[in-house]
Amino acid sequence: MRFQDVISIDDFRKEDIDYVLKVAERLEEELKREGTLKYAKGKILATLFFEPSTRTRLSFESAMHRLGGAVIGFAEASSTSVKKGESLIDTIRTVENYADVIVIRHPREGAARLAAEVAEVPVINAGDGANQHPTQTLLDLYTIKREFGKIDGLNIALLGDLKYGRTVHSLAKALSYYNVRLYFVAPKGLEMPRHIVEEISNKVEIVETSDLGAVISEVDVLYATRIQKERFPDPEEYNKIKGSYRVDLKVLEMAKDTLKVMHPLPRVDEISYEVDNTKHSAYFRQVWSGVPVRMALLGIVLGVVE
Amino acid sequence: MKELKVSAINKGTVIDHIPAGRGLKVLEILNLPEDSTILVAINVRSEKLGKKDIIKVEGKILSEEEVNKIALIAPSATVNIIDNWEVVEKRNVEVPDEIVGIINCANPNCITHYEEVKPKFKVISKRPLKLKCYYCERTMEEDTVLKNLL
Repeated sequence: MRFQDVISIDDFRKEDIDYVLKVAERLEEELKREGTLKYAKGKILATLFFEPSTRTRLSFESAMHRLGGAVIGFAEASSTSVKKGESLIDTIRTVENYADVIVIRHPREGAARLAAEVAEVPVINAGDGANQHPTQTLLDLYTIKREFGKIDGLNIALLGDLKYGRTVHSLAKALSYYNVRLYFVAPKGLEMPRHIVEEISNKVEIVETSDLGAVISEVDVLYATRIQKERFPDPEEYNKIKGSYRVDLKVLEMAKDTLKVMHPLPRVDEISYEVDNTKHSAYFRQVWSGVPVRMALLGIVLGVVE
Repeated sequence: MKELKVSAINKGTVIDHIPAGRGLKVLEILNLPEDSTILVAINVRSEKLGKKDIIKVEGKILSEEEVNKIALIAPSATVNIIDNWEVVEKRNVEVPDEIVGIINCANPNCITHYEEVKPKFKVISKRPLKLKCYYCERTMEEDTVLKNLL
């Protein structure tokens, strides 16, 4: 199987996702056995980050190095010709002469799709405004599979701001390919958008609630996300609810022994630091998952791994 | 009252039943060659619509693809192909599967507003009309589509 670009999770069928996860698993084993690999020897990745990011950029760069390839790029647009007014189209047409694959993060929605349309070399979307961040979704799925050995049969709760969070939208859609039960746990006003619920409700069982305590004992995965204060018209309202969506030892008392807590990071105060050292925390292993998953994606689009 | 007659044509395409007031917009979307002979009638009395606009294009048979571009703003339009003063084919307009140009994306942060690129949409549903931007993936429904005509 081979795909040219990675732009939107909506382009992925279930078999594509399973294929990426399988390749990632194999590369992770090889990496542990052999150290840095040689698949991408002689290949160059360009990381074009028009918007800053710590994890995503470093994890792509690490992945390319681990595949034996080289990396060029920029971490912010202010040091580039973009500041002089160069268009995205011209930037892509220039950079494709220097690299075999492009990873792009851009503040405007649709930028990655446009880049892929213009570029002769493969393009991977590392976030286009509020739209898509497909590699995050794939690494989330990979983490779940790694923690449980499977995705099917699990009860998975998405917690926090489900209205504006692009991560949870893509993840919910991707999880609907599997035989799981989804719990959408959000404060009033920040619920999962109706169009997403409608899109997936015929494929997967959904439980919607604003009360984490009512469902915590049933779930296998608790995927926490940030609730931004700015989303609330009344700061008082935010102060009232924020405690109910914080994951701490008290909340976890009611949880299954095997519950895993995940988070796309960075966290602010939605997971208490005391959770880090419990058997429940999976969020730093989730960070690690970014490396094998991005190795798999880079390898697949470059045509150097199968 | 006597019906207003726009002179008949020998050969060409007549687009009838265009909602009144949209005739010029339809003409703009059709983007016909500059030397075309075109007759436009605006606010013609119509039994079906009360008032309607009509466009006659002389000497040119418009293809389905060309005419379907107007479906977004004139879904009620009917297309008559004329040859030797006779109607030889009659068809309705149909919303195409993909729309390029014609409308802007409603998302102000969509890359199409900032780069030299034609807006492009996949048609998710024809009735009710629902489009998805090929670039930013935002969906638009009929009322938003009409507000964003180029």
